[in-house]
Amino acid sequence: MLHTINKSPFENSTFETCIRFLLPGDPILFIEDGVYAVQAGNRFSAIIANTLKNNPVFALQPDLTARGLTVVTEGVQCVDYEGFVGLVEEHQVNSWL
Amino acid sequence: MENENVNKIMHVLRHAPHGTIYSYEGLEMILIMAAYEQDLSVVFIGDGVYALKKNQETAGIGIKGFAKTFMALDGYDVEKLYVDKLSLEERGLTEDDLVVDVEVLDAEVIGGLMREQDVIIHH
Amino acid sequence: MKIGILLKEGPYNHQASDTAFKFAEAAIKKGHTVDAVFLYNDGVTNVTKLMDPPQDDRNISARWSELSQKHGVEVLACIAASKRRGINDDVLVQGSAITGLGTLTDIAIRNDRLVTFGD
Repeated sequence: MLHTINKSPFENSTFETCIRFLLPGDPILFIEDGVYAVQAGNRFSAIIANTLKNNPVFALQPDLTARGLTVVTEGVQCVDYEGFVGLVEEHQVNSWL
Repeated sequence: MENENVNKIMHVLRHAPHGTIYSYEGLEMILIMAAYEQDLSVVFIGDGVYALKKNQETAGIGIKGFAKTFMALDGYDVEKLYVDKLSLEERGLTEDDLVVDVEVLDAEVIGGLMREQDVIIHH
Repeated sequence: MKIGILLKEGPYNHQASDTAFKFAEAAIKKGHTVDAVFLYNDGVTNVTKLMDPPQDDRNISARWSELSQKHGVEVLACIAASKRRGINDDVLVQGSAITGLGTLTDIAIRNDRLVTFGD
């Protein structure tokens, strides 16, 4: 199950809610304002690092670039829209709006 | 045996009622889908649990109330209503505060159910 | 793979329409079939031809229209949501149509994936 998150964690609790329902192995993809979660050295970096122990974490590169985010928390993988499609090929999708 | 033509479709209500239309139009979608004999479930997470709160009186805000419509779901054979335990507790609510009978589940259990679904739609 | 898209937010206010469009384009490029884009909630306002953004901005309804005609993607607005928001057949861009929620159920059943975008 691929979980997508599109909200900034600073404004909205979606990220914190979503991770309560994650099962080990389920990938998370941050898109749109969700990508602010993976900026290196922010308040959520520790949670991201902890999540990475059991779940792969992805962020949509065009959304990072659009927001001027150049350094992401170590272990977070950046994908383009085709990479997003690739994740959808492998998993059913749970879009946490 | 499981019928291969039946899809597991889960609706997740996460918004409070009235402030936005999401839970109301979500319920409308659920009612239509119920006619298609799929394996439907409805999960209430976060502010979504407020949609089920008893004693909602919306006349004063000029918006149609719909809490009672959740009671009709049973008649449409939508019986799988799940509420996230922590969401309920955080809001100081118990099952007695809700308009319908629900199953209160831990996030881990709901996560397991999510993984079984063919389709999940958040409202 | 057959993919359906559910778009639950209006254009411009939120990035959802843009992400949904980019995702659809990428899926088609990778050889998948994007069967339909179903519009719900304020998402129904994605397909009004009355949309007239400044020239240097993207025209979101024209973009859906083009995707539909070029790649056979059905772009469908929910009738109940459309009626609430003043969307009817007279204002639809070419390639889009108004339909019921039963169609969304069919889309959910007949596709390998249903991917939701919204606020």
